[in-house]
Amino acid sequence: MGNAPESGDEDDPDAETDGGLRAYTVRLELVDEPGELLRALAPIADNGGNLLSIHHERGNITPRGHIPVEVDFECPPDRFDDVVEGLRDAGVNVIQAGAEHYGEAVNVVLVGNLVETDLSNTLSRIEDEADAVVQDLSLAAPEGTDGISSARARLAIDSGRSGDVLAAIRSIGTDKELTVVEPLLGGEA
Amino acid sequence: MRLAILGAGDVGRSVADLAGEYDHEVVALADSTSAAVDPDGIAVADVLERKAGGDPLGTGSPDDVFDTDYDVLVEATPTTLGDAEPGFTHVQRALEADRHVVLANKGPVAERYEELRALEADSAGSIRFEATVGGAIPVLSTIEDCTPQAVTAVRGVLNGTANFILTRMAAEGLDYEHVLGEAQDLGVAEADPTFDVDGTDAALKFVILANVLADGGFSLADATVEGIQSIPGSALDLAAEDGRTIRLIGEATRDGVRVGPRLVPENAALAVTGTRNIVQIETRHAGSLHSSGRGAGGPETATAVLSDVGRLPPL
Ligand SMILES: NC(=O)c1ccc[n+]([C@@H]2O[C@H](COP(=O)([O-])OP(=O)(O)OC[C@H]3O[C@@H](n4cnc5c(N)ncnc54)[C@H](OP(=O)(O)O)[C@@H]3O)[C@@H](O)[C@H]2O)c1
Repeated sequence: MGNAPESGDEDDPDAETDGGLRAYTVRLELVDEPGELLRALAPIADNGGNLLSIHHERGNITPRGHIPVEVDFECPPDRFDDVVEGLRDAGVNVIQAGAEHYGEAVNVVLVGNLVETDLSNTLSRIEDEADAVVQDLSLAAPEGTDGISSARARLAIDSGRSGDVLAAIRSIGTDKELTVVEPLLGGEA
Repeated sequence: MRLAILGAGDVGRSVADLAGEYDHEVVALADSTSAAVDPDGIAVADVLERKAGGDPLGTGSPDDVFDTDYDVLVEATPTTLGDAEPGFTHVQRALEADRHVVLANKGPVAERYEELRALEADSAGSIRFEATVGGAIPVLSTIEDCTPQAVTAVRGVLNGTANFILTRMAAEGLDYEHVLGEAQDLGVAEADPTFDVDGTDAALKFVILANVLADGGFSLADATVEGIQSIPGSALDLAAEDGRTIRLIGEATRDGVRVGPRLVPENAALAVTGTRNIVQIETRHAGSLHSSGRGAGGPETATAVLSDVGRLPPL
């Protein structure tokens, strides 16, 4: 039931679907002044973006004396232009925008006896069967390793495949008796 | 309109109480054992006082309701699964007598939609059921205004108890069992919260939505349903690390119904807090519409019932 545009109603291929969140990378140049980074990032959240990570290359000053910063964030595709415009309006020097790191990123949370069910096997099955790359993983095991634990994984996948990827992860979850909390892909959540 | 109300719980009593404000007359009110019936209008305040005192509503039996002259039957008896009885038979009797029916009871609309529509087709009366989805929030009337064909999907949070529990778990870092106990103490969760936390209640509402979008074809058995019982506090913590949270989200399209815990951005419209409900109606030509508000409660649900009564054509 994902909401990739191609799964829309067949009667009307133009049916508007809002798409899920997309990951984007922008390269900015900042003046080396306190508070500059915070100021530069505000337009991202203001336009519906979610900050994912910031690479602040302090040691790497540009010829103009600016600091290059690479910012990863996600937002609905139809908001991306607003974000870039918002950055430019705020006087931020945007060097490069829209060069996507990867097609798409999805987050999933897995819950269950993660350790007992061999987490590294679970992750490699996700990589193989769902054709995804695990980019980032956090684990929380408040009950210790033999109790119920949770893991959050960020997966890089090819554009437009989120429906298939999540279906594959769901079936791995069923197999291993894990609860899979999927992202809501459709609409402007 | 002259209203005959079946069910004198939170909803039925509130409908009786507020009907006068909407210029409608209550000619009958029944609970499971007794009824107050008066073709000239029952004395609502007195009848409600008797109910509060544990006395019979009146001298009639619930069955007498069907013999009185009424325009609209308000069905507010308990929601049941499967055959959706006794609600279904109540609706059937009213339609066969060429009367209108307004339902708060989700059972018949979720479980036996096509049969209801067939009975309606043979009747001078019609059925409406805004109150079954999202309490006070105008969901079905919004879809009706957009026309169901122009709506591609409906998503959202339609169970306040589950949403309250997830909100508290995320805010306080507490576990499910702990927060559930607190919700029961506060009266937010019922003594038996099973249908709220296992997703059944939300699923019934999304099944109704799918039936409206597709003009039938769905019952609870067709829905993929997962509850929130297995979500530990640690899962919400991990979600929060990444600016997300977990909500019990339902989705209805013409292809199916799914209800389960889902990751949504913390600042997303669908991440309502506390007992609040929200729906997102995705349309073909106008993007998404959101409406949120109180999804349950006697007076809240009664306003949806009475708005429906106002939309009915004269018989
Ligand atoms: N409460 C809400 O916020 C809400 C919101 C949306 C929809 N709804 C739906 O609206 C309906 C009513 O909800 P509620 O909260 O008012 O429920 P409730 O408090 O449990 O009341 C149910 C009422 O129905 C009566 N009843 C049971 N069997 C009957 C029968 N055969 N004939 C006549 N009356 C009968 C009960 O009688 P006794 O008093 O004798 O037990 C009681 O008065 C339910 O289907 C519910 O799912 C409720």
